[in-house]
Order: sequence, then C-alpha cells, then structure tokens
Amino acid sequence: MKIQVQTEAFDLDAEVAALHRNNPKVGAVAAFLGLVRDINEGQGVATMTLEHYPGMTEKALERIVAEAEARWALLDATVIHRVGELRPTEPIVLVAVASAHREEAFAACAFIMDYLKTRAPFWKKETTPEGAHWVEARESDEAAAARWSEGA
Amino acid sequence: MKVKLLYFARLREQFGTGMEEAALPAEVQTLGELLAWLRGRGDAWARELAEGRAWRTAVNQDMAGPETPLRDGDEVAIFPPVTGG
Repeated sequence: MKIQVQTEAFDLDAEVAALHRNNPKVGAVAAFLGLVRDINEGQGVATMTLEHYPGMTEKALERIVAEAEARWALLDATVIHRVGELRPTEPIVLVAVASAHREEAFAACAFIMDYLKTRAPFWKKETTPEGAHWVEARESDEAAAARWSEGA
Repeated sequence: MKVKLLYFARLREQFGTGMEEAALPAEVQTLGELLAWLRGRGDAWARELAEGRAWRTAVNQDMAGPETPLRDGDEVAIFPPVTGG
C-alpha cells in the first residue's frame, strides 16, 4: 500500500507500473485520475487550492484502503492526493488498485474514491472571476459512498 | 485541562486562526461541551458553530461525536464537511 499527500505532480505511468512490475500475480490494474476542471457550478475556475489535515488525512486514507483490502482480494493499491494551488487540467488525485481479476480492481477503485470524497479531510477552495470561495460538500457524494453499505 | 484546537478551511478563515492552545473550564468535559463553550465567544464562533450549520469534529485525528470525553493534551479539530478528490 502506498499513501501520499504531496504538492508536486505524480507520474501516472510510473505509479501504475510500480503496482504490477514485480508481481506476476497481478492480472488487472484499475486507475482513477481526478483532474481540475475549468468550470464548476457554472463558474469559471482559475485556480483550485487544496488544504488538508496533516496526520489525520494520511490515517484516513490508510483506513479506507485497508477497508477495501478487507472487502476485495487486492494485491496492492496506491493513493496519491495533491494539495496546494492547482490549475485546470492538472491532476489532483490518483487511485490505482491491482488485483488478479478486473472485477475486484474496478470495485475497489470506485470504493476508495467514494470514501475518499466523504471521509478524508481535504478541502477545496476555488478562485473564479467573482472571487474565491470554499467548495460545498455535495449530497451526491454522500449517496455514492452510502451505496457500499447497502445490503452488506 | 488544556487541549490543542485545530481549525481548517472556512472555519480557519472565519476564526482568524488555525491553531490554539485552550485551557478549558472545569465544566467542559466533552466535545459537545467544548463546542458550546466556543459558541460563547460570540461573533464568528457563534455563527459558524450554530445549530444547523454543517461541521465535523475529530479528537486525536479520529472522527468523534459530541459525547466524546476530552482529556488533557487532546488534539481537537473542527472543520467543514470534506471536499477532496
């Protein structure tokens, strides 16, 4: 398991390769890349600044990945989340999951992202032509996370 | 009892600080009582921590509810609902 919170960019190819390069049991890697959009809620976005809670954020991410490992047969996982000031088109987050078969990798990747969005202490502030404002949490993100506990 | 208080994002800006060491009066023994004590400061504290506003709390870096007991030296964080990813 690799968990990192960092200001600098990351190399998607290198991170995905690291998950399977030395493990011939890996038959599938699912990777999600989250990017800064240039428009949100109808407003143009010039920059996005991400704040986190050093210590708790890493602990929360480790717990989320551990829960994914308890639910699915995973061989490895990487979560990298950037903080600081980012611009449209820049990557914010990478979640990559390795498993023997695709089903586990797809499911665990979606689960980790849904839980990250509702449980890991990160906050986004957008700068738009109208000024800067903190992004509000979305109910649709809570609903996406809740689907993993339905009928469990 | 003394605790370390951390504020993030909108709350950090509204309170004008990200961290403080607070000496709590004897009647403050739980997280819920701490929030009531902070509301008593008025202004941004009363406004941001009012009933009906959305915030989250953690004690020693674990999410915690209002009934959580506080101990000397605890790290208590108050922050808006998270918006990462």
